[in-house]
Amino acid sequence: MSTGTTFSKLTIQIPLRTRTEEKKPMEVLSKVVAENVDFYYGKNRALSGISMRVTEKHITALIGPSGCGKSTFLRSLNRMNDLVPGTRVTGKIYIDGQDIYAKSVDPILLRRKVGMIFQKSNPFPKSIYENVAYGVKINSYAKNKAELNEIVEKSLRDAAIWDEVKDRLDSSALGLSGGQQQRLCIARSLAVKPDTLLMDEPASALDPISTAKIEELILELKKRYTIIIVTHNMQQAARVSDYTAFFFMGELIEMDVTSKMFTNPSRKETEDYITGRFG
Amino acid sequence: MHRHFEDQLEELKERMLFMSSLVEKAIHTSLEGLNNRNENLATQVLVDMEPQINELHLELDDRALQLLALQQPMAVDLRFITATMKINSDLERMGDQAVNIAQRALSIVAQPALKPLIDIPRMADIAKGMVRDALDAFVRRDTDLARQVVLRDDEVDSYRDLIFRELIAHMIRDPRHILQALDLILVSRNLERIADHATNIAEDVIYMVLGRDIRHHAEEKALASNE
Repeated sequence: MSTGTTFSKLTIQIPLRTRTEEKKPMEVLSKVVAENVDFYYGKNRALSGISMRVTEKHITALIGPSGCGKSTFLRSLNRMNDLVPGTRVTGKIYIDGQDIYAKSVDPILLRRKVGMIFQKSNPFPKSIYENVAYGVKINSYAKNKAELNEIVEKSLRDAAIWDEVKDRLDSSALGLSGGQQQRLCIARSLAVKPDTLLMDEPASALDPISTAKIEELILELKKRYTIIIVTHNMQQAARVSDYTAFFFMGELIEMDVTSKMFTNPSRKETEDYITGRFG
Repeated sequence: MHRHFEDQLEELKERMLFMSSLVEKAIHTSLEGLNNRNENLATQVLVDMEPQINELHLELDDRALQLLALQQPMAVDLRFITATMKINSDLERMGDQAVNIAQRALSIVAQPALKPLIDIPRMADIAKGMVRDALDAFVRRDTDLARQVVLRDDEVDSYRDLIFRELIAHMIRDPRHILQALDLILVSRNLERIADHATNIAEDVIYMVLGRDIRHHAEEKALASNE
């Protein structure tokens, strides 16, 4: 076969590559909108003037040094901070256009819609099955046992742990490894049908393989959920997130498309932090 | 806080400056060999300089790769290291062009002189100036200087066209000059490539400092497609 003639007959169409900077960050739906949010622990101001838009079905990473306010901000998105006495929020936070601090909003219902995964996995001291079924039962989401089984299985599958636990659903959740416990907690959150997931350092206590599984899972979940993740691991933020927000001393210094933030941030403070030149 | 990583970046930069001084010397020596019909100089480029340039090429790539793998650099550091890797291969290719010029010089020395060289030394001065400025721009992180280098590339291209035309005329007039005229045409082509590599380096400097990619009119295209 003569390659010369084959080549001349080929019409090759190479699509123009979309360069990362060309992506317009805010043209998609904003799931969460924060407007000028201040947060106080007693007299201490932990957040000042935070305004942010979080894009639906994307992953937003919050980074910054310890004490910068990123976890406080995360917890204010499902009113977990209400549980801490002496705290106060000013400004507005909207989720799906609803002011979540409005009097009419029930924080319990809000937390069902906006699930949370913590740094340390915290399964109930119950069976694997019960851990996932619990929230479904108290919310009466399942009409009968068959439907409950279905929800439990689906949640465990979605959390990428089903294959590892399907033969021992009645064993104690506390017998699972740290990485498995964390995925079980994700399954438990998914079972009550949230649409937004808040993750506070979900993989920082895990080994690299479990971490990789959690990261893969997060990337899988973003097809259906809006995810906001706090992480100290810069590479993790770079690997999984679409947008990155840098917090420092209670302020949002910069937020941009992740690839831009990690190659060419606009603010000096961001650059100093992500290159480790800080302090 | 002092960072060990900072020392490693500084070392990488120093080794690259050493490499660039060698490449500049190789270009200069090969042209001296050509202008002065000096076989010794041309041979030096082939025997002494090129092997050293090649070794440094490998060493710099290795250093840069190690830093990428072990330090997982971000932002300005990431841009510095990737720019260094790209500049490294431009420098190595410039070294190859110096070798080509040295080989042409050896061929020309073996023939009777055709005519005194006028335009080639002029073109060479511009190309060498571009190389020097591109590397200065790298050292000083000077984007204005880098932009000037990019603009000067057209000057070199028009010298190449001029030299081509003139030498073709020579060949038509007297076919006995064809061999030497071809050698000189090749030299002008080598100089043009050297200027192209200097342009690449200048573009990398702009990316390294500003994070903006000006190659292939990328910015204008990005703007146009966003409208």
